[in-house]
Amino acid sequence: MSVIVFIDSRGDKIPKAAQEAVTYASQLAGGPVTVVTFGGSTLLESLGAQGAKKVIVARGVAIVDGQQLTKLVCDVATKESATTIVCVHDGTGKAVAPRVAARLKAGHVAGALGLPVDGRFKRNVFSGKAQAWMEVTSPIKVISLSPNSIPIAKGEGTVAVEEYSGDLGAARITVKEVRKAGTGIPLPEAEIVVSGGRGMKGPENWAGIEELAQLLGGATACSRPVADMHWRPHHEHVGQTGLAIRPNCYIAIGISGAIQHLAGVNQSKVIAVINTDPEAPFFKAADYGIVGDAFVVLPKLIEAAKKLNAER
Amino acid sequence: MKILVLLSQVPDTTARIAFTNDNTQYDSAGVTFIVNPYDEWYALVRALELKEAAGSGSVTTITVGGADTDATIRKGLAIGADEAVRVDAQPTEALQVAEHIAAYAKDRGFDLVLAGKETIDHNGGQVGAMVAELLDLPYVPLASKLDVNGTVATVERDVPNGVEVLEVSLPVVIGAAKGMAEQRIPNMRGIMAARTKPLTVVPAAAVDNTGGTVKFELPPAKGAVKMIPVEEAGKLIELLHTEAKVI
Ligand SMILES: Cc1cc2nc3c(=O)[nH]c(=O)nc-3n(C[C@H](O)[C@H](O)[C@H](O)COP(=O)(O)OP(=O)(O)OC[C@H]3O[C@@H](n4cnc5c(N)ncnc54)[C@H](O)[C@@H]3O)c2cc1C
Repeated sequence: MSVIVFIDSRGDKIPKAAQEAVTYASQLAGGPVTVVTFGGSTLLESLGAQGAKKVIVARGVAIVDGQQLTKLVCDVATKESATTIVCVHDGTGKAVAPRVAARLKAGHVAGALGLPVDGRFKRNVFSGKAQAWMEVTSPIKVISLSPNSIPIAKGEGTVAVEEYSGDLGAARITVKEVRKAGTGIPLPEAEIVVSGGRGMKGPENWAGIEELAQLLGGATACSRPVADMHWRPHHEHVGQTGLAIRPNCYIAIGISGAIQHLAGVNQSKVIAVINTDPEAPFFKAADYGIVGDAFVVLPKLIEAAKKLNAER
Repeated sequence: MKILVLLSQVPDTTARIAFTNDNTQYDSAGVTFIVNPYDEWYALVRALELKEAAGSGSVTTITVGGADTDATIRKGLAIGADEAVRVDAQPTEALQVAEHIAAYAKDRGFDLVLAGKETIDHNGGQVGAMVAELLDLPYVPLASKLDVNGTVATVERDVPNGVEVLEVSLPVVIGAAKGMAEQRIPNMRGIMAARTKPLTVVPAAAVDNTGGTVKFELPPAKGAVKMIPVEEAGKLIELLHTEAKVI
């Protein structure tokens, strides 16, 4: 089986999800794999640690134009006689992986949660309320790996970096402007998430949520009404109609735990809930709970997190 | 402007999720079906707004499904779509659905194809991109804003920690996410009008079969929640560190 893996390596470090995908691809292949990527990264050699042997990079491409990148991936797939193409189930992957699958008439697993078992791939369906086992019967498979699904390999290995020399045509998409909303950990990659709901009463009260997230090295999220009322930016909205995340730890403060909210967070490894209402449905989905006022509990959590950080 | 909106039927967001036939099939007994929220709230409503702003054009919805989806399709007409198309095939996998849609849309001259960013049952987020590839069009996923000026679309795409503002020439396929429009509740006039608007059923095209879901499972039930008294709230951090080992 020949496996290649497509990642977005732009930015000043190789994204965590990209390292996971390379690790995954080399586990699928049972040995080192070829990586295909784009942009100006100078860190591509480091992917040897995750099981890359060769990286083919289209240096001239700096933006996500699905058509150019699909051509890139399909060209490399042909050259390497790839039968499995691994991608990341993120914004870049969503612009490219389904296109590659459509072009190559390949079955596409969107959001694999781990290595296949008996040839079947597991993925989330019904917004995380259930999982499906999927079989791909086409000669070529495209597998998009969900972020936070596997630990990153930290091995050793040398990488040959090769520049892609084919013609990708002109981009049909132009990027006019990039507006950064923050410099923190992107929510889908965060291992710890501190999230606030309508129980936080207003945007002016988010300093505590942000401080706790920062102390724990995590990201912040919110419920839908909080984003709808513009207390927080839309990209923090988690749930059925927002982001679905699966951090190791999700701390929900002043969120009732409506079924649509749970749909986006119930894949978290551990859930802690703080709510004044002992009957809040969220407690049924929680591992740890505190019945109490956010404005009393948050300062105590912050204090405890500072203490923990001082000790470690 | 001629706009095509991909419209999928999904179980209501509060529907019980259970499976039958040895966990190979979704158990739809007693379940209310709705238009996939991303298709309805964002893709369809934005399509209608763009048509209204242009003062001309048409909005067509397309659904791959059996006759059991007709009531859901009529909901899209009630909200304001001009006409609906149903490809008479059971949806099994993303590529199969995309091939059906592309077969219909090809050569029909749509300026804009709008999909929801994903369905809330299959959660693949694939069909829009696949349709774009099959029609050789650009595709922008996770779009939270869309404006059209002449033949150029300006799109905001959510990226990690921010947004990208893009320009792309029509025709283009867009994956609509939250932010693009506000939900519209159909009024009585819309509901009445929907009864007589055209819902055209087209036969299934020849499509590829690349596999699909063979089995479903439900996540294991959660253990009991461990309650911490509010006076000792700080203990939560300690437990998350020493017991759960997640921080
Ligand atoms: C089709 C559909 C899709 C939806 N998608 C989503 C989605 O993606 N994400 C989402 O989040 N919601 C979604 N919803 C909305 C969802 O049903 C709930 O309305 C929403 O999650 C409630 O948000 P909340 O918990 O912040 O607010 P509320 O339900 O108002 O809950 C606030 C909670 O805070 C508690 N509280 C109040 N004061 C305090 C205090 N001082 N300290 C501690 N706790 C306090 C209250 O006891 C209450 O439990 C969707 C709904 C529909 C119909």
